[in-house]
Amino acid sequence: MNIGSGSVLSSTGSWKSGDVVSDQFPVGLRVLVVDDDPTCLKILEKMLRNCHYEVTKCNRAEVALSYLRENKNGFDIVISDVHMPDMDGFKLLEHIGLEMDLPVIMMSADDSKDVVMKGVTHGAYDYLIKPVRIEALKNIWQHVVRKKKHEWRDNNFDQSGSVEEGDRQQKQSEDVDYSSSANEGNWKNPKKRKEEDEEGEERDDTSSLKKPRVVWSVELHQQFVQAVHQLGIDKAVPKKILELMNVPGLTRENVASHLQKYRLYLRRLSGVPQHQNGLNNSFMGRPDATFGTISSLNGLDLQAIAAAGQIPAQSLATLQAAALGRSATKSAICMPLVDQRNLFSFENSQVRFPEGQQQLNNSNKQIDLLHGIPTTMEPKQLANLHHPSQSFVGMNMQVNSMAQHNNSVIMRMSQSQPRAQMLSGANNGSQASRLPLSMQQSLSSEGIPGAVLAQSHIVDNARASVYNPVSQASSMVDFSVNQSKELQNYNFSLGSNSSGMSNRGMLQEEANSDIKGSRGFPSNYNIFNDLHQPKSQNWGLQNVGSSFDSSHHPSIQGTQGVSSQLLLQQGISSTHNNGQNRNGPIGKSMYTNGEESGHTNLMGGPQLNSVSRNMLAVKAERFPDADYQSTNFPEQFGQDDLMSAFLKQQGSVGPVETEFGFDGYTLDNLPV
Amino acid sequence: MEVGQLQRSFVEYMASLFREGFLDAQFSQLQQLQDDSNPDFVVEVVSLFFEDSERLLNDLTMALDQPNVDFKQVDAHVHQLKGSSSSVGAQRVKNCCVPFRNCCEEQNTETCLRCLQQIKQEYLLVKNKLQTLFELEQQIVAAGGAIPMVQ
Repeated sequence: MNIGSGSVLSSTGSWKSGDVVSDQFPVGLRVLVVDDDPTCLKILEKMLRNCHYEVTKCNRAEVALSYLRENKNGFDIVISDVHMPDMDGFKLLEHIGLEMDLPVIMMSADDSKDVVMKGVTHGAYDYLIKPVRIEALKNIWQHVVRKKKHEWRDNNFDQSGSVEEGDRQQKQSEDVDYSSSANEGNWKNPKKRKEEDEEGEERDDTSSLKKPRVVWSVELHQQFVQAVHQLGIDKAVPKKILELMNVPGLTRENVASHLQKYRLYLRRLSGVPQHQNGLNNSFMGRPDATFGTISSLNGLDLQAIAAAGQIPAQSLATLQAAALGRSATKSAICMPLVDQRNLFSFENSQVRFPEGQQQLNNSNKQIDLLHGIPTTMEPKQLANLHHPSQSFVGMNMQVNSMAQHNNSVIMRMSQSQPRAQMLSGANNGSQASRLPLSMQQSLSSEGIPGAVLAQSHIVDNARASVYNPVSQASSMVDFSVNQSKELQNYNFSLGSNSSGMSNRGMLQEEANSDIKGSRGFPSNYNIFNDLHQPKSQNWGLQNVGSSFDSSHHPSIQGTQGVSSQLLLQQGISSTHNNGQNRNGPIGKSMYTNGEESGHTNLMGGPQLNSVSRNMLAVKAERFPDADYQSTNFPEQFGQDDLMSAFLKQQGSVGPVETEFGFDGYTLDNLPV
Repeated sequence: MEVGQLQRSFVEYMASLFREGFLDAQFSQLQQLQDDSNPDFVVEVVSLFFEDSERLLNDLTMALDQPNVDFKQVDAHVHQLKGSSSSVGAQRVKNCCVPFRNCCEEQNTETCLRCLQQIKQEYLLVKNKLQTLFELEQQIVAAGGAIPMVQ
C-alpha cells in the first residue's frame, strides 16, 4: 500500500487517504496467513475468502518471509500463528516489522496473558485467540487502514509530532516536508516494540499525527548502515546518523527506532552463530574476535590468491589489503577458528605467497593480516563482510581456491563457522571447497574479484542474518582465478603480514610497502569500507549462500570489476589518508555498480530466507554490515571492500538477479 | 428411509452432539462457511482434522514412551491438538488438552499418560459421531433431499 493521497490500496480497491474506506475496500485486501496447523489454515483461508479478501496461505514462516520478500508490496496484512515449529511467531513478527513494515496479527490457542503481552510488545497489531471466528477476521482491514492513515497523514502534515511515540515525535517538526512523499513507499515509523507505550497491538494514534512510517528501503537502509559504520556502532547516535544520511524527510525518531531494531538484529546475529570467527561478534564490537577472523580470512585469501596468482589482481589486492591490514594490526589475533577453516586453504596457500608472507602460513598470521592494518582494502573488505569470520572464510576460501583453481575460485563466505558447508569442495583443496556448487559455476566466469567480494558480502550477510540457519555459511563465491599472476605481485603486505599477497598491480604498490608488515593502508580499508557500505554491491555474491542475506549487500552484483579495481586503487593510494573514508568515492562507485545490478536486496535484515535465497542475494535485508564495520574493525571492512571489489569486478556474478545478482547461483545446491 | 425421516434424524443427531458437548459453536461456523463454491467444506476440514490429530496422537504416544520424556515436545503437540480441535469445534477433545498441558508442566509422565488415554478416547468418540453425521448427510443427498441447517 502506498501512502499519499489517492494511492492505490491494492489491486482491487483504491482508497484515498482522505476517505478511509471506499466502496470497494476492504474487498481484495491481500492477506498472508501463516500457520503450521493444516486444519486451522484451511479454515482461516475459507473465512478470509468469505470476507472477500485475497488470501495466500503457507504453513512455514520461512516460506512466508520469502513470499513477502519477493513481493514487497504484494500483501497488505499478515496473520500468523505464534507457535510454529520452524520459527517462533514473534520472530517472524519482528522480521516483518523490520523488513516490510506490514501490520501483523498474531493468533494462538494460547490465551495466557504473558503470551498476549508478548504480542503487544513485539508490535503485533492484534492478537486473536483460537478458534478464530469469522467476525474477528472481518475487521482486520481496520489495521491496514489505520496504518495507512497515519502514514498519509504524516506525510502530508508537517508534523507536529505526535506525542504518542515518545521521542519519535519530537523531531517531527524538524522533518523535512513530507508532502513530497518522495521516499519510496511510505514513511513509516519503524515499529517500536517496547519503546513507547504502545497500545498494544495497534498503533492507534489518536489525533496527533503519528510519526509517519518510514519505509526502510534497501537504499535507505544501506545509507543508514553506512552512516552507522562511519560513526562506529558504539558511537552511532540517531542524530549523527541522520546528519550523515542526509535524507530529506527522515526524522531523528525514524532513525532512532530503526537503529534500535538494527541493534537488536545485530545482537541476535551475534548471538546466533557465534562463529568462531567472531565476525559477527566483532561487529558487535569485539574487535579481536573479528579481527582474528578477518585477518585470517584475509590472510588466507590473499595468500591463496597471491599464490595462485589467479585471483584477479584486484580482488586479491583488496583481499590482501584487508587481510594485511588486519593482520598487521592484530597479529595477535588468531583467527579463530572456524573460519580459519575456510581459509584453510590459506594456510596451504601461504606457501604461495612469495613475498614474505610468512604469515600466511599460519592462520594466525592471516589473522594478523586482518588485524594488522587495514592497509589496503583488506580490512575494509573484511569489515564489510561484517562477519569476518564468515565472509572471510568465504573469501579465504576463495583465495585459496583461486590460487588453486585458476578459473573458479569459490569463496565461501560462510558465516564464520564452518557453515561454509556450502563450499563445494570441488574447488580446490583449500577449504574453500565449501563453496556451493552453484556459486562455483557462476563465479567461475567472474573472476576472483567478484568472488571475493561476494564472499565478503556473504560474510556480512552471515552476520546479519541470524536466522539463516542454512545459509549461514554459504556465501560461496566462485572466483575465477584467471588472473593469477597478479596475485603474486600483490603485496598485501600492506599492513598485514600478508606476505605475499600481492594482488594485482593495484595493491602492489601498497603491498610492497606494506609487506613489511606495516599496515599501511588504513585508508584502504576505508575505501573498502565505503565500498561496503553500499553493501549492495558486491555482496550480491555473498548472499548466495549465506544467510547473510540480510545483511549483505549484493554489492558485488555489479560488474563492478572496474569499481573494485577502483576501489583497490584508491585504497592503496590513499592508504593513510583515508582512514575511515568509508564512503569514499570508491565505495560509492562500487556501490553504484552494485546498485546497478539492481540487486539491492541485500538490505540486511535478518533473513530467514531459505538457503537458496540467502545465498544469492543477500536479500535485501538490511545489511548491517555497514554497521559492523564502522567502528570496530576497520580492517574488517577492508576485507569486505576487497570482497566487494572483487565481486564487483566479477560483476559477472552474473546470474544473480535478485538481490545480489547472484541468483544465478543456485544456492540450493549448497549443502547447508 | 424416506428423505423427511432422514432429515429429521439428522437434525436430532446434530442437536444431540451439541447438547452432549461433542461439538460447539465453532462447528456451526464451519457449517456456515460451507457454500456452493465449497460444498464439501466441512467434510474436508474434518478429514484434515482427523489426519492431523491421529498424527499428533501418535507423536504423543511415542514421546511419552521415551525413557526421558521431552515434556516440552509433548506440550507442543498438545498445544497444537488444542488449536486444531478448537478450530473444528471438537469441544471435548479440546477440553482434555487443558489438564494435559498442566500435567506436562508438572512433568509427570504418569498423569500425562492418563491424559493421553482420555484424549484418545474423546477423539475416537467424536470421530465416530462425525462420521455417522456425514453418513446421514450422504443418505439424505442420495435420497434426493437437502441437508438441513442446524442451529
